[in-house]
Amino acid sequence: MKHPKEEELIAYHDGESAGRETIATHLGDCPECQAELERIDALLAALNTIPVPEPGEDYGQRVWQQISPRLPQRRRHWWDFLFSEPNTVQWLAPRRWVAAGAIAALVLAAFIAGRLTRPGTPIAPVAVDQTKVRERILVMAVGEHLGRSEMVLVELANSGPQSAGQQVNISGEQRRAENLLEENRLYRQTALEQGDSALAGLLDELERVLLDVAHSPQQVTPAQLEGIRLRIEARGILFKVRVVGKELQQRGESGNAPAQPNGSAKNERNKV
Amino acid sequence: MKRMRPSVETIVESDAIAVERTLTGDREAFRILVERHSRNVYRLAYRMTGNQHDAEEVVQEAFLRAYQKLSQFASRANFGTWVYRIAANYAIDRMRQKKSEDSNRALPARETEEGAEIDLMSTVPDGAPSPERLAQSSQLAVQMRLALSQLTPAERTAFVMRHWGGSGIEEIADALKSSSSAAKNTVFRSVQKLRKALEPFVEQRGQARAMGTEL
Repeated sequence: MKHPKEEELIAYHDGESAGRETIATHLGDCPECQAELERIDALLAALNTIPVPEPGEDYGQRVWQQISPRLPQRRRHWWDFLFSEPNTVQWLAPRRWVAAGAIAALVLAAFIAGRLTRPGTPIAPVAVDQTKVRERILVMAVGEHLGRSEMVLVELANSGPQSAGQQVNISGEQRRAENLLEENRLYRQTALEQGDSALAGLLDELERVLLDVAHSPQQVTPAQLEGIRLRIEARGILFKVRVVGKELQQRGESGNAPAQPNGSAKNERNKV
Repeated sequence: MKRMRPSVETIVESDAIAVERTLTGDREAFRILVERHSRNVYRLAYRMTGNQHDAEEVVQEAFLRAYQKLSQFASRANFGTWVYRIAANYAIDRMRQKKSEDSNRALPARETEEGAEIDLMSTVPDGAPSPERLAQSSQLAVQMRLALSQLTPAERTAFVMRHWGGSGIEEIADALKSSSSAAKNTVFRSVQKLRKALEPFVEQRGQARAMGTEL
């Protein structure tokens, strides 16, 4: 094989799958390309050491304080109150009771009118498949969970000491990993109950990585950080999380969770 | 203190539900989204703009735009990715604007690692940087910031999203409003430029490390 182009080596570094095996074979036989790849790795690793100042634990609250006075008022629809969270004060508001009474009267009138005008007509069952609705919500939630986990792993992979030999503070990533752990356990159990063993397997692997991060010291040496990174890399967890997360997001975006024939979506995940 | 185990209902009432509640006029639901995603958006914004002040402004603007466009978000599942993309879009516009403003000034300024502004003229070598001068400065981080600041806004965005954000080519193309192949080229060009600017430093550091003389 001829030498891969610089572009292909950069794509290889990024984990792109196209032509990956061919390049890997070539790298095994070509010290020149191996050295070129090492130079790319070294440069990108060096760039990863640029620190990002920590904005502080309360950063989200500060952002909210700054933007909330600038948010325009959203128009509420008359039906919104039916779907909004029950609130004691709001429920006691007389306007709500009047509106609820009016809707109840309308429903009753429609029911009576239907009975009178079409006697004997069987009422068609309303086709609301609660299982599908629940599954869709879960698909969306697991997709988001994998997206958040991916961000933590990427942040961790990108963190580095401010100067050589200095310890790295990963307490922020740890806190997020701890929060994700609880969700992860719940989703894994749900996936198992639903017979999606591939997803359950992925969540199991993710759980181990999150545990690993959560149980590491807050300040790690560059060598310890490298150890965590290597363990993440060895499992290929970031790639798997990215692929399955994308698939779930697409399913969520498509508006339903299609039951693929012969469980092909689940089988596809088994390949990851 | 023992932490409460979240129920399925608590968890599924996540971003997607918070978006729906915001759309019904519940501002507190949007607050949840802001508090949940601000830090991630900040990291992206900082890496794109290179300074805290601009990064914070990008974060605020991204959430304001997200709120205004929330009805377009509709049934998409990942609010985090969506707001991340809005931030990337806004950061590109802001960087382009700043770049044109900077080009009208004689002495542009950037920030140091500590966040204090420094004069670029004192750190940018004349023409190609000489190894001696680089060895003297031994400030790889500053050189890396300079190299990043010399990328075009699109290249910097592509690089940050790809190598620090782990974004796919499609996502980058979306943020750059370009085709996938153009986005791929932009990612490649950014790495190529950074290699050209920084490899002498990185190699020098590698040699110093091997000799045990790294500063």
